[in-house]
Amino acid sequence: MGHDTSYTDQEFKVVGTRVNRPDGIDKVTGRARYGADAYAPGQLVGLFLRSPHAHARIKKIDTSRAEKLKGVKAVVTSADLPDLTDGNRGLLDILENCMARDRALYDGHAVAAVAAIDRQTAKRALKLIKVTYQVLPHVTDVDEAMKPDAPIVQEYVATDGLPSNVSQVNQFGHGDVDKGFAEADVIVEKSYKTEQTHQGYIEPHACLASVSPDGSGELWVTTQGHFGFRINCAQLLGMDMAKLKVTASEIGGGFGGKTHVWVEPVALALSRKANRPVKVVMDRDEVFKATGPTCSTSVDIKIGAKKDGTITAASAVLRYQNGAFPAIWGMLGAMTSFACYDLKNVKSVGYDVLCNRPKVAAYRAPSAPMAAFGVESTMDLVAEKIGMNPVDFRIKNAAKEGTLASYGPTYGPIGIGPTLEAVKNHPHMRARLGKNQGRGMACGFWFNFGGQTCTDLNIGLDGSVTLTVGTVDVGGSRASLCLIAAEELGIPYEQVKANVADTASLGHNDMTEGSRGTFSSGMATIFAARDAIEVMRSRAADMWEIPLDDVIWEDGQAKAVGKKHGNLPTLSLKEIAAKSPNTGGPIAGHNEVVADNAGVSFASHICDVEVDPETGATKVIRYTVVQDAGKAIHPDYVEGQFQGGAAQGIGWALNEEYIYGDDGRLQNAGFLDYRIPVCSDLPFIDTKILEIPNPTHPYGVRGVGETSIVPPLAAIGNAVSNAVGVRMDHIPMSPPRILKALEEQNS
Amino acid sequence: MAGVLVSTTINGDAVDFACPQDETLLDSLRDRVGLTGVKEGCGTGDCGACSITLDGRLVCSCLVLGVEANGREITTIEGMADGNKLHPLQKNFIEHAALQCGICTPGFLVAAKALLDRNSNPTEEEIRYALAGNLCRCTGYDKIVRAVQASAKEMRRKR
Repeated sequence: MGHDTSYTDQEFKVVGTRVNRPDGIDKVTGRARYGADAYAPGQLVGLFLRSPHAHARIKKIDTSRAEKLKGVKAVVTSADLPDLTDGNRGLLDILENCMARDRALYDGHAVAAVAAIDRQTAKRALKLIKVTYQVLPHVTDVDEAMKPDAPIVQEYVATDGLPSNVSQVNQFGHGDVDKGFAEADVIVEKSYKTEQTHQGYIEPHACLASVSPDGSGELWVTTQGHFGFRINCAQLLGMDMAKLKVTASEIGGGFGGKTHVWVEPVALALSRKANRPVKVVMDRDEVFKATGPTCSTSVDIKIGAKKDGTITAASAVLRYQNGAFPAIWGMLGAMTSFACYDLKNVKSVGYDVLCNRPKVAAYRAPSAPMAAFGVESTMDLVAEKIGMNPVDFRIKNAAKEGTLASYGPTYGPIGIGPTLEAVKNHPHMRARLGKNQGRGMACGFWFNFGGQTCTDLNIGLDGSVTLTVGTVDVGGSRASLCLIAAEELGIPYEQVKANVADTASLGHNDMTEGSRGTFSSGMATIFAARDAIEVMRSRAADMWEIPLDDVIWEDGQAKAVGKKHGNLPTLSLKEIAAKSPNTGGPIAGHNEVVADNAGVSFASHICDVEVDPETGATKVIRYTVVQDAGKAIHPDYVEGQFQGGAAQGIGWALNEEYIYGDDGRLQNAGFLDYRIPVCSDLPFIDTKILEIPNPTHPYGVRGVGETSIVPPLAAIGNAVSNAVGVRMDHIPMSPPRILKALEEQNS
Repeated sequence: MAGVLVSTTINGDAVDFACPQDETLLDSLRDRVGLTGVKEGCGTGDCGACSITLDGRLVCSCLVLGVEANGREITTIEGMADGNKLHPLQKNFIEHAALQCGICTPGFLVAAKALLDRNSNPTEEEIRYALAGNLCRCTGYDKIVRAVQASAKEMRRKR
C-alpha cells in the first residue's frame, strides 16, 4: 500500500513503558468472557461421540434410538456434512478431521454429535448411538510408520506411486556436505527422539453456534483467528462468508492449538439441524485426544568440525509424525534445524509422516524445538570432542548479517551472535554448581510471520480513541497496540481503547500465530494513526484557513509553522475532535497491510538442573533466557513470552508426553497423568531482552512469542547430560528414562 | 430435570438455585447462578481454574456437587473486590503482568487469597506450594509469584 515500513531510530515517549493492560480489571474480576461464557436463549448442549479405536472402518452408524430420546433436538454424522470441497483435498482433510467419514483415523476421532436440552440428556443420547466398526491395523510410532509393511493411514497418500505414510519429503541446504565432512577433523553423528506434547492451554475449546433459517449464522468461539474460522466453517457448510459472523471470545491460551477448526463446523451443523443455538465445550480428555498436539519426532544429526572449531559440514534427517493428516511439520523442522549457524556445507531432509494419532497443529515455533534438540545436543558433543567451550564454539560458527541461511535467505541484522555474547558474559555462567547439578545452554531460531492485517482507528468527539483490530489478543497485545497508537498520536496511553472486532466489522486478518499479533497489528496501527493524523492536519488547516503544508503534527496537537502562521495557538487532538461535526465529520484512520519481513528471531538459554540419582527426578534450579525482541513495545509482556515459552519447554523436556498403548489408545488424556509444570516445579525465570532493530518495521519490532520454546529441550538436555555424565537423547527426560540411562552406563 | 432446591450464600448474598443431583457446583455456579468467573479447565480437580471457597475452605468447585452447597457459604472471584476497590492481589496481578490469557487468573487469585488469609508472610517456597494446585500455561509462574509477594508485603504494611 505504499507505506514505508523502514526502521527509523526514533525516540519513544510511551512505547517501552510498563503500563497496565486495558483488559486487566475484567480478567482479575471474572468479568472477561471466554469461549464457554456465552449463553443464548434456547441454547442446546452439544456433545460428541468419539472413536475408541486407533483405526477402524465405520461400517454403520445407527442414530435412530438417540434421535427418539426426549430432549434430543439433533444428531449429526458425516452424512450431515456433505463433501462441498470440490476436489480441494486439504479442505476435505479438515472436514474429515472434524467428523470421521468412512474410517476413524485415531483414538478420539469424532464419529457423531448430538444436541439436546441439557448435558444429562445429551450424554444419554451418545450412549444410544450404535456404531459398527471393523477394527484395522494401526501405527502410532513415526519410525514404524515409515517401514514398508506399515498400516497405511491415508489411502490417497503415495510415494513413488505406492501407498505410503510419507506425505512429503523436503530438502534444504547448500554446498557439498560430503566434501565438508571429508575436511573435518572431528565428526559426531547421533540420533534423537522426542515424544508428542500438547500446548496445554487451560481453556478447552468452546463455542456457541447459531444458524438461522435464512442461512445466516453466528459463531462465538475461542480461537486464535476468527477470520480463518469463518473461511473454514463457511466453506465446509456451504455458507456465504459474509453471512457468517464470527466473534472471537477472550481466549484462554492457544499456543498454536486454536488455529484450526475442530468442533466448530459440527456445532454449526447441529444448530442448523436443530434450528436452535448450540453450545459445545470440550472436556479435557477430548482436548488431549482430539485437538492438535505437536509432533513426535525421530532425528539424525551429523556435524563435522576442524580442531579450531570451524564447522565444515552439517546434515540432518528429520522424521516428523503429523498425525492422521498431511502437513508441513517435517519441512519446518528441516528449515529451522541449522538456522543459527553460518555453514558452508549444510543439508537437512525433512520427512512428513502420517500415524494414527490426532492431526498435529502448530505449537509455538512449531517443529523448531525438536530439531534444535538434536542439533544443539550434537553441538555440545562436537565442542567436547575438540576441547572447546560450547559457548565459544557456537560464537565461532554463529550466523551473522550476510550469512546465507541454511533454509535459503540471506540474513540482515540478526541477534544470534549478541545473545551468545550475552550468555557468555552472564553471571549465571559463572555461578558455582553443587553435587548432582549440571549446566547447559542452547540456541534457538524462529522465522516469525507477518501476514494480512486490517485495522481501524476512530477518534471520538471527546478525543478518546477507539482502536479496532482483527488479531486476537492472546497475551496482552491490546496493551502494546494502545501504546503504539498513543505514541503515534502523541496522546496518553489511557486515551486509547483497543478492541478486537468480529468478522462483520473489519476486513480479513490472519490468525494470531507466527508471533505476528503485535508485529503486524502494530504496523497497521502505526499507519492507521498516521492516516488519522493526516485528516486532523487537514481539519486544522481548514480551521486556520492556511495551506496544509504549513501544519505539522507534534505532541498530540496540530501546529502551524512558518513565518506567517507560527504564532497561531496550537490545536489539540481533543479540540479538533470536538469540532469535527462541523469540519467534515468523523475522524478516522484505516490501514490494510501484508506485513512482510517479520524479522527473524534468535534466543540463547542457560539452564542449571539438579538430578536425583536415586529417583531420576530432575529439578530446574536456575534458568536464564536471552532473546532479541527487535524493540520491546511492552517489556512486561515480552518477558512474559520469554518465561512462558521457557516453562513450556521445561515441561516438554522433563515430563510431558503422549503415552500410547499397544492398542493405539492414548493412556494419559488428562492433567493428572499428563503433567505440565506447576508453580513448585519451577524457579524464577530470568530474562534479558536484547533490541536489535528489525530493519523492516518502523519501530524495529520483531515477533517475540515463539522462539523462547526452541532452546529449552536442548539446554536442559545438555544440563542433565552434564549432571549425570550420560548423553540424553530422548525427550522427555522423565525419571524412568534417566534411571535407565544411568543403569546402562553402570552396566 | 429432577432438580433439588439449594439455598446458599454466595459472595454475601442469599442465593437459591435448583440443580440435578449429579451436577457439579461448578456447573451450577456458571450455568444457573451466572458466575462465569469460575472457570472449567479440566473438570477433574487437576487445574484449579474453578477454585472457590466453601465455608472459608479452598476447594475445586468441579469436585463438589451443587447440592452439597446447601446451607453453606461460597465465595468466588466475583466477590473478591470491595465494590470498585480491587483486592491488593487483583491490583498486583495487573501491575506485575501476572496474567497473559487470564483464564487461570480467577482460580489463582482465590487460591492466593486463601494463602494470605492464613499466612501473611509466606516464603517463596510456601507461595509456590500453595499455588501448586493451579495450572498456568502462559506465564511460567514467575510474575504470579512476584505479584503474590508484593501483595503480601502491601497487606502487611496496611495492618
